[in-house]
Amino acid sequence: MSADTLRIALVGNPNCGKTALFNQLTGGRQKVANYAGVTIERKEGRFVAPSGRMLQILDLPGAYSFDAVSPDEQITRDVLEGNYPGEAVPDLIVCVADATNLRLHLRFLLEVKRLGRPVVLALNMMDAARRRGIVIDVPELSRRLGLPVVETIAVQRGGAKALIERVDGEMPVAAPVQPDDAASRADLHAQVRELLAATVTMPRATAKLDDALDRWALHPVFGLAILAAVMFLVFQAVYSVGKPMTDAIGDGFGWLGDHLAVWLPAGPLQGLVTDGICGGLGTVLGFLPEILVLFFFIIALEESGYLPRAAFLLDRMMLSVGLTGRSFIPLLSSFACAIPGIMGTRSITDPRDRLTTILVAPLMTCSARLPVYALLIGAFIPVRHVFGVFNLQGLVLFALYAAGIAGAMLVGWAMKRIHRDKREHALMMELPSYRLPKARDVAIGLYERGMIFLKRLTGVILALTVLMWALSSFPAPPAGATGPAIDYSIAGYLGRGFAHLFAPIGFNWQMSLALIPAFAARETAVAALATVYAVGGDGGALGPALAAHIPLASALSLLVWFAYAPQCMSTLAVIKRETDSWRNVAISFGYMFVMAYVASLLTFQIASALT
Amino acid sequence: MRLSELQKGAPAVVERVDDIHAADPIAQRLRDLGFVQGEPVRVVARGPMGGDPLLIQIGSTRFALRRNEAARVEVRTEVAA
Repeated sequence: MSADTLRIALVGNPNCGKTALFNQLTGGRQKVANYAGVTIERKEGRFVAPSGRMLQILDLPGAYSFDAVSPDEQITRDVLEGNYPGEAVPDLIVCVADATNLRLHLRFLLEVKRLGRPVVLALNMMDAARRRGIVIDVPELSRRLGLPVVETIAVQRGGAKALIERVDGEMPVAAPVQPDDAASRADLHAQVRELLAATVTMPRATAKLDDALDRWALHPVFGLAILAAVMFLVFQAVYSVGKPMTDAIGDGFGWLGDHLAVWLPAGPLQGLVTDGICGGLGTVLGFLPEILVLFFFIIALEESGYLPRAAFLLDRMMLSVGLTGRSFIPLLSSFACAIPGIMGTRSITDPRDRLTTILVAPLMTCSARLPVYALLIGAFIPVRHVFGVFNLQGLVLFALYAAGIAGAMLVGWAMKRIHRDKREHALMMELPSYRLPKARDVAIGLYERGMIFLKRLTGVILALTVLMWALSSFPAPPAGATGPAIDYSIAGYLGRGFAHLFAPIGFNWQMSLALIPAFAARETAVAALATVYAVGGDGGALGPALAAHIPLASALSLLVWFAYAPQCMSTLAVIKRETDSWRNVAISFGYMFVMAYVASLLTFQIASALT
Repeated sequence: MRLSELQKGAPAVVERVDDIHAADPIAQRLRDLGFVQGEPVRVVARGPMGGDPLLIQIGSTRFALRRNEAARVEVRTEVAA
């Protein structure tokens, strides 16, 4: 690092517009990583100041106080105090405060000032403050605080000009270090009150628009109706925009594989390229559109201030099953796919609530289970009307979705019971002012999510997919073999081995074998069953073939298995990535396996007894 | 009176925040967030299920507090606005 580089740390309360300011300063030139050993994002960016000096900016997690209650706040405190291993003490601290909410934000500034390091205060959202008629005597505020104060508008082009000029100029003088104890802490509020009285005039405490919107958005009836409409829109978009793109990517790689196959000699290499690599890439990259569509909504809703409102409306309901209001959106998105859902749990600030949400997310019926459900229901459940109106097939499908939700509630409740940490976990969530999300902030957020997925997960998932392909392809069948090739492969042997394990729940060896490729991606179970029963493709022939070979009780058992089973491995890879712990992967796999086994066992035994 | 018992919309002033056990981090955080003596507070909204959580306006900030969090805050209702 050259001596000319100035290290700046950006700090502030949550919702002060710090990240928008960071985006404004650094544009796309950001490096997103995790702090060592935790899954809290470390965002760093750099830019060249007008003087030619390199400014390196660290966007520290938002904090209300140095009396840290969350891991985020602890990191912010440790970095600023120079106690975070491997993290250099910043040369200059830029404390960002929302100009419309100074009573809360100035208190944190006073805490930062007591560290005795050079500090610049950025009064952000000055545009909103002016619109609301808030007048701030900046020179007087600066004089009383004894540190430079600049005005910024993070969401406006050039809105950080004054800040750049100030940090590029002369280094401000640091205030003396002051001790941090309970008495002086209580005193901070009095100081803030005094500062506000002397420098700020505020016509009214809240924005009229917020009051008006909240009257509807938080209304016990209309609020829930609006929430339902928003959820419906998100869910529809994931299906109608994300899903076709996902299918197109899968088909595209299938097509590519077929064309590559022409150029390769028949044999293992051809199989590796077409089925292993192209098939695997199609599966992995196919997750991307759904992730991006979902995150578009999550980021836009978070930026607009609506997400905390949704959490407010649902908190009570989610709390009763051991979750929090913030769990709702990740869980809802898990109905499309658990992978974006688990990645979406980053908006849950409490680590314990976040882990519970991650563990139950795979129980939501994802779209990859649908082909399996559709096949089995079509083959085994007669088209019949119940009570004259309900279609029996539809009822079974509904029951499978309900089983997943009930399972998640049970697990959430059990987690709350068995968790060693019995401390009360607070909601204490700020509902920020509504704002229009900025295209740049949404785009940068989407880009980051997309890159995290591509860079850190694609490799793992692709490797596992190729491994699954290898297991299902080698060794090749001996000359003169009559059965399908997969029978003679390692997967075939494993399937026969697993058949002993799965016999009590009614699976024959063909079904056990189909579970192996299904571990790569659930929907491939259909293709695998088609292969082992040697019927072509996923057309209409497979259903009757299954009905001829599998008893009803076993089919029901398989349906229930898919509702709870620890699949797919991409989900497990995401859990590893998001929690940074193999233990959580093991817990997740273990509890779902036991749950699936017990539920299938009950289903099979009861169904066998009745039929 | 406890903040959790306050009528929606009724103006009140914070008296103090009580620790429900020794070194209660939630009480400390409430104080850090500005629940200190003399601050005006108001219940803006209640959650649709069982009136929980509560949306509290303090200063220019709105916080969603669960009932048992709000119960740590002792308030005094204003006789006249």
